[in-house]
Amino acid sequence: MKKVFAADIYKVFAKVSQKSKLYIPADDGVSQARFLPYMEGMTLTEKLNTGRSAKDLFFPQVENLLKFKVSGKQIEIVDQRDEVESFVIFGVRACDCRSFDILDNVFLYDEPADTFYKTRRANGLVITLACNAPEETCFCTAFGIDPADPAGDITAWKMADAFYFRGNTDKGNALLAELELVEADEEAAHQQQEAIRAIAEKLPFGKLDLTGFDKEHLMEKFKDPRWAELSESCLGCGTCTFVCPTCQCYDIREFNNGKEIQRFRCWDSCMYSDFTMMAHGTNRPTQKERFRQRFMHKLVYYPSNYGGVYGCVGCGRCLQKCPVHTNIVKVAKTLGGENK
Amino acid sequence: MREMIKAKAIELLENGTVNRVLGWKAGEFFYDLTPGIFTSREEIEETFEYSVFSAANLSKYLIAESRKEGKIAVFLKPCDSYSFQQLLKEHRIWRDRVYVVGIACDGMCSMDVIRDKGITGVTAVEEDGENLKLTTLYGDKTIAKADALLERCVHCKSRKVVVFDEMIGENGEEIPDSHRFDMVEKLEAMTPEERFAFWRGELSRCIRCNACRNVCPACSCEKCVFDNDKSGIAQKAAASDFEENNFHIIRAFHVASRCTDCGECSRVCPQNIPLHLLNRKFIRDINELYGEYQAGSDMDTKPPLMNFTTDDCEPSVVYERGGKV
Ligand code: SF4
Ligand code: SF4
Ligand code: SF4
Ligand code: SF4
Ligand code: SF4
Repeated sequence: MKKVFAADIYKVFAKVSQKSKLYIPADDGVSQARFLPYMEGMTLTEKLNTGRSAKDLFFPQVENLLKFKVSGKQIEIVDQRDEVESFVIFGVRACDCRSFDILDNVFLYDEPADTFYKTRRANGLVITLACNAPEETCFCTAFGIDPADPAGDITAWKMADAFYFRGNTDKGNALLAELELVEADEEAAHQQQEAIRAIAEKLPFGKLDLTGFDKEHLMEKFKDPRWAELSESCLGCGTCTFVCPTCQCYDIREFNNGKEIQRFRCWDSCMYSDFTMMAHGTNRPTQKERFRQRFMHKLVYYPSNYGGVYGCVGCGRCLQKCPVHTNIVKVAKTLGGENK
Repeated sequence: MREMIKAKAIELLENGTVNRVLGWKAGEFFYDLTPGIFTSREEIEETFEYSVFSAANLSKYLIAESRKEGKIAVFLKPCDSYSFQQLLKEHRIWRDRVYVVGIACDGMCSMDVIRDKGITGVTAVEEDGENLKLTTLYGDKTIAKADALLERCVHCKSRKVVVFDEMIGENGEEIPDSHRFDMVEKLEAMTPEERFAFWRGELSRCIRCNACRNVCPACSCEKCVFDNDKSGIAQKAAASDFEENNFHIIRAFHVASRCTDCGECSRVCPQNIPLHLLNRKFIRDINELYGEYQAGSDMDTKPPLMNFTTDDCEPSVVYERGGKV
């Protein structure tokens, strides 16, 4: 384990950012934190988590794929790949870090691999930060995630006087070695971990009962009449899907400015009326079906396809951001556990 | 207030005035209320909730609800009632299918505001006079209601319910000195470059989640151009800065003179974009160019931008020649 005195953390950031781009969670001036490229003078946020998730850095909302330039009868195809730069992201929370595993299943391990995502994953080094002050909307522990001991290439703990770092992968250890930090006792972070776990123990949804959300109950859940009531106030906006670290759907679109055509992909949302539109129309004609899709995907389809792993990491963003406060916890409590 | 509202809901159901009630459903915490429909006494007793967190404006749901069988009761706060009346005026809500209970209001609170004041992990809230007593994972806290108010309530334009069948509590008055245009004035005082930079800074954070549009009572098109593939400008995400601005400018123009300044768009934006400033700029300009106008305040006047009179001014002329109306 390595140690950096709190006063020196920005020196470490400066050193890292000389070598590669570094993102840290910083306040964006409007009561929210977000991952911003580190520049001198920037400070770490006091907020628990970023408004948008860390997913953005691996699977950005909009990504140019290629460009067509038309002149006369010639069409030129321009490759626009720009995801080759290496970067470090500091301050990823345990929940967001687990979301990478969920995205990896879809984008890396399912054939064919998504090469844009794959390159970013290979070029990104993740430094996680244990959560000193979980919020009431956090329920990572319901998915077996430990906010006191997040994964990633390097794990960091923030204490009153210092940051402690533990390398978890070769890549992580190599970076720590390069930074020439002070050695610290393995036990240094233990006290902090205990304090975090004591809070995590008290999280209101930390032990959310997910009994019944599995492959065996797929049709039963799908046909449950209570979806109508659960979805009745849903506005069909895409907020819950766009702030979610595990939402993975995208659309491929083109933008024609008259001279050239930009082909890009952008996040899509199952909450939208034209989601997976087909020639015959849509098979999710009302908000009830769209709403059901989102939560069935997280709680039933994903675990059915990927060995029982849920497609939610309990980050609580959809709890905080839904304009009408309807969310995955309300769904799980209504349809699962003892109510199933 | 809460008890009176619940009793009224039960009364209207049981005496046959309505067959369902639109209100707010209790959530997991005290603050996460969800709009919902109630059809029985039991449901109301168990899950109906009204508190300083009943911010959601229920008017827009009535577009669909008033087309269903039977009459529905709805509870409207003053700002909500402007939206409701504006929708009536646009023939979007069937008035005879709705029983409106107006409720006096002295401001709604926001969990985002409370979190922003550094109070996190709130698991329970209790209203205690002028204060909110908060139970948090990190001990008990107290915050004055006045410090937890939504922006729209800090600058509330009117405490008057403008359309109702009956009132709960005493109806209030318009608030002429709401200071809601103060920030707009500051923006107007900027140079065009500064102002452009300000709006680019704000709008560049937009994630095009469409919450602002979908919550907006003035955005009641059956199919929004931005969702319509055949429109040529459908967007799911902004492909360029131009598109980013485009969505907001088109939306602001489309709701101009119909936007009641209900504040819902700013309340729901997950990226905290101050959309109310854009709307209020339009409202201020309309006031200046066409005379004071408040959308939703009555049933008779025509929205200035949907109406033509021979003495209408030409905004471009006014501004380009540097003159005022
Ligand atoms: S659940 Fe909430 S955030 Fe998601 S689409 Fe519906 S209203 Fe929007
Ligand atoms: S569904 Fe909600 S709580 Fe779960 S990962 Fe997505 S945003 Fe977070
Ligand atoms: S959900 Fe867990 S890991 Fe994520 S921010 Fe909250 S406590 Fe931390
Ligand atoms: S609610 Fe906010 S982030 Fe969402 S589309 Fe509107 S302005 Fe953009
Ligand atoms: S634009 Fe905003 S303030 Fe105006 S009516 Fe719509 S939601 Fe309300």
